[in-house]
Amino acid sequence: MSATTTTNDKPIIAQRGAGKKQYDRVLLSAIGYVFITLLAILCIIPFLMIVSSSLTEESTIVENGFQLIPAAFSLDAYELLFKYPGQILKAYGVTIAVTVIGTATGLFLTAMTSYVLARKDFKWRNSFSFFFFFTTLFSGGLVPWYLMIINYLDLKDRMLVLILPMLLNVFYIIVMKSFMSSIPEAITESAKIDGAGDFRIFMQLIIPLSKPALATIGLFIALGYWNDWYNALLFVSNENLMPLQYYLYKMLGNMDGMRRAMISSGAVVTMNIPTESLKMAMTIVATGPILLAYPFIQRYFVQGLTIGAVKG
Amino acid sequence: MNRRGFWGDVRKYRTLLLMLAPAVLFFLVFAYVPMAGIVLAFKQYNYGGGIFGSPWNGLDNFRFFFESGNAWMVTRNTALYNIAFIIVNNVLQIAAAILLFEAVGKWFRKISQTFMFLPYFISWVVVGAIAYNLFNYDVGTLNVMLTAIGLEPVDIYNTPSYWPFILVLVSAWKTLGYGSVMYLAAITGIDTEMYEAAEIDGANVFQRIFRITIPNLYPTLIILALLAIGNIFRGDFGMFYNMVGNNGLLFSATDVIDTFVFRSLTTSNEIGLSAAAGFYQSVLGFATILLANYAVRKYDKDHALF
Repeated sequence: MSATTTTNDKPIIAQRGAGKKQYDRVLLSAIGYVFITLLAILCIIPFLMIVSSSLTEESTIVENGFQLIPAAFSLDAYELLFKYPGQILKAYGVTIAVTVIGTATGLFLTAMTSYVLARKDFKWRNSFSFFFFFTTLFSGGLVPWYLMIINYLDLKDRMLVLILPMLLNVFYIIVMKSFMSSIPEAITESAKIDGAGDFRIFMQLIIPLSKPALATIGLFIALGYWNDWYNALLFVSNENLMPLQYYLYKMLGNMDGMRRAMISSGAVVTMNIPTESLKMAMTIVATGPILLAYPFIQRYFVQGLTIGAVKG
Repeated sequence: MNRRGFWGDVRKYRTLLLMLAPAVLFFLVFAYVPMAGIVLAFKQYNYGGGIFGSPWNGLDNFRFFFESGNAWMVTRNTALYNIAFIIVNNVLQIAAAILLFEAVGKWFRKISQTFMFLPYFISWVVVGAIAYNLFNYDVGTLNVMLTAIGLEPVDIYNTPSYWPFILVLVSAWKTLGYGSVMYLAAITGIDTEMYEAAEIDGANVFQRIFRITIPNLYPTLIILALLAIGNIFRGDFGMFYNMVGNNGLLFSATDVIDTFVFRSLTTSNEIGLSAAAGFYQSVLGFATILLANYAVRKYDKDHALF
C-alpha cells in the first residue's frame, strides 16, 4: 500500500515537551479524529453501498430497498454478467484500446510540445505558449466544435472520435513544461556540442530525465480516457463502439435497454433479470480496475497536484 | 548572427517547429477554427448551408434565448452553484487539511487520506449510479432509512428544492481529497519557526491554528478562489448531466448554461439558439477570467495566469 501524505512525518504535536497542560491538544485530537473519521466514512460508504447492493438478492431489493448489509446475499447479478458478458466485454475492449492509444500518443505529444516550450533559446516560445494558453480563456462553445467533428472531420461513430478530442490538454502541457524547465541546460548543451539534434536530445536525454512528470501526467491522461463518456454521448451511437462508462450510463438509465443487451448477449428472453442488483454489479465491474489500481497510483496524482496545481 | 531574418529563424528552429507542429495543428482544428464558428450564433442554421453558408438572422437567436427567460435562469443557476461550491469546498478542504496535519497520527492520516481521495478517481457516471442507489424513490437507501425510523419517504427526483443541497454535497464529496492535498502541501510549506515562536509565547494549538496556519493559507486560498471565480460561468457538465439528466421537472433548480447548450443542440436541435447560448457563455467567461486574473495580479503578481 502506498497511501500518501505530503506532510513531513513529524507533526508538530510530537515536538512539544511533556509536562505542560495539554488539554488543548487532547481536544484538537478528539475533534480531528472524529471529524476526519466522519469525512473518510462519508467518502467511502457510497462505494460499500454499491458493492453490497450488487450482492443482494433482487427480490429483497424490490421489497426492502438497498441496504448496507444485504438481507439476502446473492451472486445472481454477477453470475448473469459473467455468463453473458458480450456487450460489457466489447465496451471493455473499446475503453482499453482508447485508453492505451490515447495515453501513449497524448503523453508523447504533450512531452514533445512541452520540451520545445521549455527551451529557453527558442525564440517564439512565448508566442506559442500564448497560442496554446488562449484556448483555455476563450472558446467557440460546444456547437462549432461539435459541427467541426461531425461535419468537417466526419468522425461520428469512429473510434478516433473517442481519442482525438482529448489528445492534448493545455494544463498538462504547462505542468510538463515547468518540470522540463527545471532540467539543467548544461545537460542538453553538452549533447549539442557532441552534435545531437533537437529531436534526439528530446528522445534520449529529456524523456529519461522526465520520468516522474511523465508518470504523473500519463496517469492523469489515462484516467481521463478511462472515465470518459462525454465524447461517446455526443458522437457514438454504434453499440460496438461504446466505451465502458458510456455503456454503464446507458444501462443505468434504461432497464429495457439492459434487458435487450443481456438478451443480445445470449440470455433467454423469459429469464427474470435482476435489474437493480445488475445495475450495481455493472457499476462495480466498470469501476473495478480503477479501484484496484487506485492504492498504487494515488501517490503519483498527489505529486502531480502539488507540482502544478497552484501555479497554473 | 541575429540578422538572419524570419526565414533564417525558421530554418534555425526547423526541428523545434516540426516538433510543435502536431500540437499547433490540434489546437487549430479543435479550438481556433471552431472559434470562427461562433458566427453561427448570428445565423439560421440549415444542414445544406453548413456553418458558413447558412443565412444570417441578426440577433434573433439571442432575442429568443433572452426573452424565453432561460438566459437568466441558467446564468443564475450556474453562478450560484459555482459560488456555493467555491465556499463550501474550500472551507471543508482547509478544515480537513489542518486537522490532517495538526491533529491526527501518521497512519490514520494516510489511511483517511486514501479514502477521501477516492471519489476524485471515479467517473460522473458512477456518481450518477451512487445517486440512484441513494435517492431512488422506491428502493433508494435514503428512503429505506427514512421509512425505517417512521418518516415519510421523499421524492427527490421530482422535487427541485432538494437539489441545491444535494449538488453542493456531491461537489464537496468529489473534490474533498483533491483539494485537501493541495492545502496540505501549502501547510507543509509554512515556516516551522513561526510555530516555535508561538510555542514559546505560550499559544495553545487553537490560537496557533487561527493565528498562524490559517493566515498562512490565505495566499493559496485567495488564488485558488479567484481562479475559480474566473470560471464561475462554466458549469460542470458531467456532474449536472449525470445527477439530473434530462429530468425537466428539476431544471428550474438545476439547469446550468452547459446543460442548456447541450440540450438545445442534441435534444431540441435548435442549433442557432445553442450557438448563441454558447457564445454568450464564452464572452461572459472570458470577461470574468480577465477580471479574476486582474485581481490575482494585483494581489500577487507571481500567481497571475498572464
